[in-house]
Amino acid sequence: MLNTNIKKVIVLGSGALKIGEAGEFDYSGSQALKALKEEGVYTILINPNIATIQTSEEIADKIYFLPVTAYFVEKVIQKEKPDGILLAFGGQTALNCGVDLFRQGILEKYNLKVVGTPVQSIINTEDREIFSGILHEIDVLTPRSIACTSIEQARQAANTLGYPLIIRAAYTLGGLGSGFCSNETELNKLADNAFSYSGQILVEESIKGWKEVEYEVVRDQYDNCITVCNMENFDPLGIHTGESIVVAPSQTLSNSEYHMLRALSIKIIRKIGVIGECNVQFALDPNSEDYRVIEVNARLSRSSALASKATGYPLAFVAAKLGLGYGLHELKNSVTKVTTACFEPALDYCVVKIPRWDLGKFVGVSKNLGSSMKSVGEIMAIGRNFEEAIQKGLRMIGIGMHGFVGNRGDMEIIDIDEELVNPTDRRIFAIAEAFHKGYSVDNIWEITRIDKWFLMRLQNIYLLRNRLIEFGSLEKLPAELLRDAKKLGFSDFQIARLVLKSGVKDMNVESLKVREYRKKLGILPFIKQIDTLAGEYPAQTNYLYVTYNGSEHDVTFEHDNKSIIVLGSGAYRIGSSVEFDWCSVNAVNTIRKEGFRAIMINYNPETVSTDYDNCDRLYFDELSLERVLDICDLEEPKGTVLSMGGQIPNNLAMKLHAQNVPILGTTAEKIDNAEDRNKFSAMLDKLEVDQPRWSQLTTIEEIFKFVDEVGFPVLIRPSYVLSGAAMNVVSNRDQLEHFLALATHVSKEHPVVVSEFIENAKEIEVDAVAKNGEIVAYALSEHVEFAGVHSGDATIVFPPQKLYVETIRRIKKISRKIAKALEITGPFNIQYLAKDNDIKVIECNLRASRSFPFVSKVLKTNLIEIATKAMLDVPFEKPDKSLFELDYVGVKAAQFSFHRLLNADPVSGVDMASTGEVGCIGENFYEALLKSMLSVGYRIPKKTILISSGPARGKIELLASAKMLKERGFTIYATGGTHHFFQDNGIETEKVYWPDEEDMSPNTLELIKERKIEMVINIPKDHTNRELSNGYRIRRNAIDFNIPLITNARVASAFIYAICKLEMDDISIKSWDEYK
Amino acid sequence: MRKVKLVLEDGTSFEGKSIGYEKSVTGEVVFYTAMTGYPESLTDPSYTGQILVSTYPMIGNYGVPIDKKVDGLHSYFESDKIHITGLVVEDYSFGYSHWNAQSSLADWMISQQIPGIYGIDTRALTKILREKGSMIGKIEFEGEPIEMVDPNLMNLVAKASTDKVETYGEGDKTVVLVDCGVKNNIIRCLIKRGVRVIRVPWDYDFTTLDYDGLFLTNGPGDPTMCDITVKHIKTAILQEKPIMGICLGNQLLGLAAGCKTYKLKYGHRSHNQPVLLTGTNKCYITSQNHGYAIDQKSLPADWETLFYNVNDETNEGIRHKTKPFFSTQFHPEASSGPVDTEFLFDDFIANIKKVPKVH
Repeated sequence: MLNTNIKKVIVLGSGALKIGEAGEFDYSGSQALKALKEEGVYTILINPNIATIQTSEEIADKIYFLPVTAYFVEKVIQKEKPDGILLAFGGQTALNCGVDLFRQGILEKYNLKVVGTPVQSIINTEDREIFSGILHEIDVLTPRSIACTSIEQARQAANTLGYPLIIRAAYTLGGLGSGFCSNETELNKLADNAFSYSGQILVEESIKGWKEVEYEVVRDQYDNCITVCNMENFDPLGIHTGESIVVAPSQTLSNSEYHMLRALSIKIIRKIGVIGECNVQFALDPNSEDYRVIEVNARLSRSSALASKATGYPLAFVAAKLGLGYGLHELKNSVTKVTTACFEPALDYCVVKIPRWDLGKFVGVSKNLGSSMKSVGEIMAIGRNFEEAIQKGLRMIGIGMHGFVGNRGDMEIIDIDEELVNPTDRRIFAIAEAFHKGYSVDNIWEITRIDKWFLMRLQNIYLLRNRLIEFGSLEKLPAELLRDAKKLGFSDFQIARLVLKSGVKDMNVESLKVREYRKKLGILPFIKQIDTLAGEYPAQTNYLYVTYNGSEHDVTFEHDNKSIIVLGSGAYRIGSSVEFDWCSVNAVNTIRKEGFRAIMINYNPETVSTDYDNCDRLYFDELSLERVLDICDLEEPKGTVLSMGGQIPNNLAMKLHAQNVPILGTTAEKIDNAEDRNKFSAMLDKLEVDQPRWSQLTTIEEIFKFVDEVGFPVLIRPSYVLSGAAMNVVSNRDQLEHFLALATHVSKEHPVVVSEFIENAKEIEVDAVAKNGEIVAYALSEHVEFAGVHSGDATIVFPPQKLYVETIRRIKKISRKIAKALEITGPFNIQYLAKDNDIKVIECNLRASRSFPFVSKVLKTNLIEIATKAMLDVPFEKPDKSLFELDYVGVKAAQFSFHRLLNADPVSGVDMASTGEVGCIGENFYEALLKSMLSVGYRIPKKTILISSGPARGKIELLASAKMLKERGFTIYATGGTHHFFQDNGIETEKVYWPDEEDMSPNTLELIKERKIEMVINIPKDHTNRELSNGYRIRRNAIDFNIPLITNARVASAFIYAICKLEMDDISIKSWDEYK
Repeated sequence: MRKVKLVLEDGTSFEGKSIGYEKSVTGEVVFYTAMTGYPESLTDPSYTGQILVSTYPMIGNYGVPIDKKVDGLHSYFESDKIHITGLVVEDYSFGYSHWNAQSSLADWMISQQIPGIYGIDTRALTKILREKGSMIGKIEFEGEPIEMVDPNLMNLVAKASTDKVETYGEGDKTVVLVDCGVKNNIIRCLIKRGVRVIRVPWDYDFTTLDYDGLFLTNGPGDPTMCDITVKHIKTAILQEKPIMGICLGNQLLGLAAGCKTYKLKYGHRSHNQPVLLTGTNKCYITSQNHGYAIDQKSLPADWETLFYNVNDETNEGIRHKTKPFFSTQFHPEASSGPVDTEFLFDDFIANIKKVPKVH
């Protein structure tokens, strides 16, 4: 029963999204907060991730945008005096923080009860040696392994166990610092790296090639246990589960295997003493029932979020209730509402999770998949067979693929064997290619060890493709074959390409022809429910998916002109993440409050928008033109909202409009006017609004001619990228030639956009809402960095602190002009450059932007609510707040995940590289900046700092900073040029040598490796120097040895100013509502 | 390919494609929601007379395991043959893959002359069965019409039971097992615990045998068809030796104790049924396969509810208040399904060991 002693609790969030710890914790945290609220528990959330749903009003009672570290949590405990704390809902960040709080005696000091799994249980699962010991006590097998605290020990352990081996670092996020090694040289390298993350590493026997299976297990205080879901990795062991395609439920396990592992999971959770939820990962021998336990996560995880979405069982919600003392049997199944939560969901469909990588965004990163995680997001696809689900999924990941087959022939997979042996992010397409080259299922299995069942199912798709290409027209195609194709998940697009042999240009029209034709034949999809019990009990669930493997709908459709469809944002990726989920969910909330029916379409299992509790109907399905039309045909919505989910829905505007789908807000034509570079440019000229000069060019000669006109530097945006970043700034002719030759392909088909690049310009963003062309609310914010750093990577200040009033006035005026010209209704964002009050427009999006949640929360005015009301054409209050009235400042800082991306150059540029962000509020700019930088992992250096200040501008910018540091007794290490410059200006620094001056000491790398430096400031000299340069090696080593790194001079000087002016104690511990 | 359809007694008809043996059959159409264990389910004698609908869409993935016998019992099957009348699935897995597989599901069904149908919307079918209750139906091939017959009007236990007395295992305690259609794993669970098992036909008068414990097995159909077995159990109750029953065995023990039984609307056939141990907070996930149940209200004063279903509060087991008799409606032997309640066999064995041997 409910423990009534717990009336007030702290919930720890997971901070910024990073590789290995992403949106799933917004979902689990939000669910936990909802459960606590339902029980009347007062909740205090600590999470600096301002773009999340959980940090919104009405979810937690109090929110602190502060770093999730023991220091800040203790401060909040002192202030709030809670009864309990929840550690299991904020990923590894919250868990590690909880362990710190426990070890530092803080939990005991304040008599704080840990709600859910006890900390000792967490420690027992996190320390691998203790963990294996405990499992051995109950005769559960783990990989033979030896815990080591030195390289010497690691080498000895390797000799005992024999190669190949896996090296793992204890206490790290999703496999960080882990890897396989097959000899001592590799071992030395890996172990050295692993030790930089943790004092303890594990040397383990390798069970590469075994099946990888996970169970999500739940336990209550009465020792009742259930497994909610099991999941099988498509890729055998060797590829991190976060990097693997995952299928639920398991497909290739016999009953005896399934239940052997299930029983083991329960045995383990009981031994560990989890109250709530945990995840158990197994390796299963593909040739016997031999197994090993690989890992246990005694907390909600990415897998538990996936399992919740895969089954409809709200794991985090239930786990929170169990923590409060309930028994499983005392809770209701939230889907059926009549049956108990003490059951194991029965699925009558299959789900496939596919990771989304963005490795192309990083120069120098290996594309090979291995035992550590690199993917930045994931999708989940639902089908009534594997083929249907995986083809949907391959479209959903949004990398331009149309399914398993029917993709353009330019896969560039030259060496199939190599790709299959050493898989990259394109492995699945290499399998398609292998079938095409005549490989058999057995051949592919030999190389990949992917279970033949999966391969045979993929082969089914390939074989059907071969039948489709035999026909040249739809009329000749037998209806049964067309139906079979749809059942195996073929899109109209794939069918058009395979049957009609449509070229790129005709694709859209011809796909619609296929649609038309199959509708005439009555080949239509059906809507099915996810009801947790495979139809055994009636369920009024609104959790839906679309399938061709069926003959009836599970639901009826109300054609009462009250349904509004909101399109979500799809897979998280660099540039589109939780902020668009916040926008989507807020749009849905507003739609419902206004008395309309909100229908959500999205397929990202990490999101709150795909929580069926949040909307009236959830279609967990594709955001493709085809699928959105299917749903619109059935729902006949009053309107469709395209402006909340980022670029994916935005790109559908014209196509949906052409099919007469009603679009709410700004018209499709106007969206096109803003999206089409030429149309937009012409409009700005007409409005007499300035923009950087640009041109779209198709030959190298034209490019040089244009550059002669505008002068260097220029920004190059190729439409076809060979390698490296898609966008770049080049400063001279050599660099331009180099970039054009190496990185891009220029032709009529693939033009290059070249723009004038203005140096030392401020970048300013306007996030606003308009109705019928009139701005009704806006927020104006400035970047700390000068233009040249992507707005997603930039440090953003709101309200602006250092802008001329005149600049602001001009920007407002231009924004009004643009809103009027584009007749905007709804949210929009314009980015400006300002230099000496000279204002230029660089971008305009007629949709919500990344910064909407940040400015909405700092301003305490929900711009999305206003935008949604504007689009619905219902009355709303125009906010009267002016940004100058705020007595506090918000700073948004980017979170990078370079530590996970081996060899990536950790520098920000015109193309976005960050994976997440935080937003913190302070009394002034410096306090807010410090909070947000501490929130993304920076630590305050006490004594030593390395400065390598790059170009002259960087040196000047950092001069005052260096002086302040010296005054505070810092030892500054500086590389040659910086050292001399500082010396000439009267600042003593220790000269250090460049990495390539190997014989000279002290060498920068040596200092980094020996951790004699607490912070590295390295300002890259120019924008294109991306080869293995000295600067790169300094930056990369700083990341690899986990030393805070700043690469922008303006951010560096602001940070140094902040740490020199503020002590930790000066940082105010104030909740969001205390900033008034 | 011959056209084949599934027809229900209410006239609903689904067209599909054939897997397995091409033969028209009739039976009671029931659905089960387990996601694994088709070789176990198909050979479960409790399914005698039934056309089984799998709600999990992809079936056949891991083929059919090798035919191997240990201690006179098939290692991977629950009996010597397929007992279902027919199989209905959404998506048959033509390709199968497993280290232990020896044939495909379809080939196995052909070898045992069991028909199957795939390519129909099993969720739609399940919803009909849920709303209207389990129905009589038929799998009918083109050109081979067949009349629908209700198998529950027949004595299915007689069909599923054995006709000979057999002994399994070694041990100084002897358990008489009344085979009403026993699953092999019940016998495995007993002999694993070191007792000798004498398996007797459903109508055998075991009361004359020298034994230490009585085991009443699972089996198909309506328990009231087994008057003779109930009569024997009544005698056994007077002898006061430990009794354990499973599934049909629960219903038979109930009838012998004086309870009534009734037919559930569509039964419980799944791996995820929650049962609560009466008077505690212990809730177990169980494997179930039954269409009939004990009427809880009809329990005599000296008997009590041992377990009940948390979802629909139907009876899941009974026990005598003072004597060592208990039974469960669910399947502690699992196979297929979760193994969380196997400890009940330990309880039974403990009961046997408590009783001194009387000679």
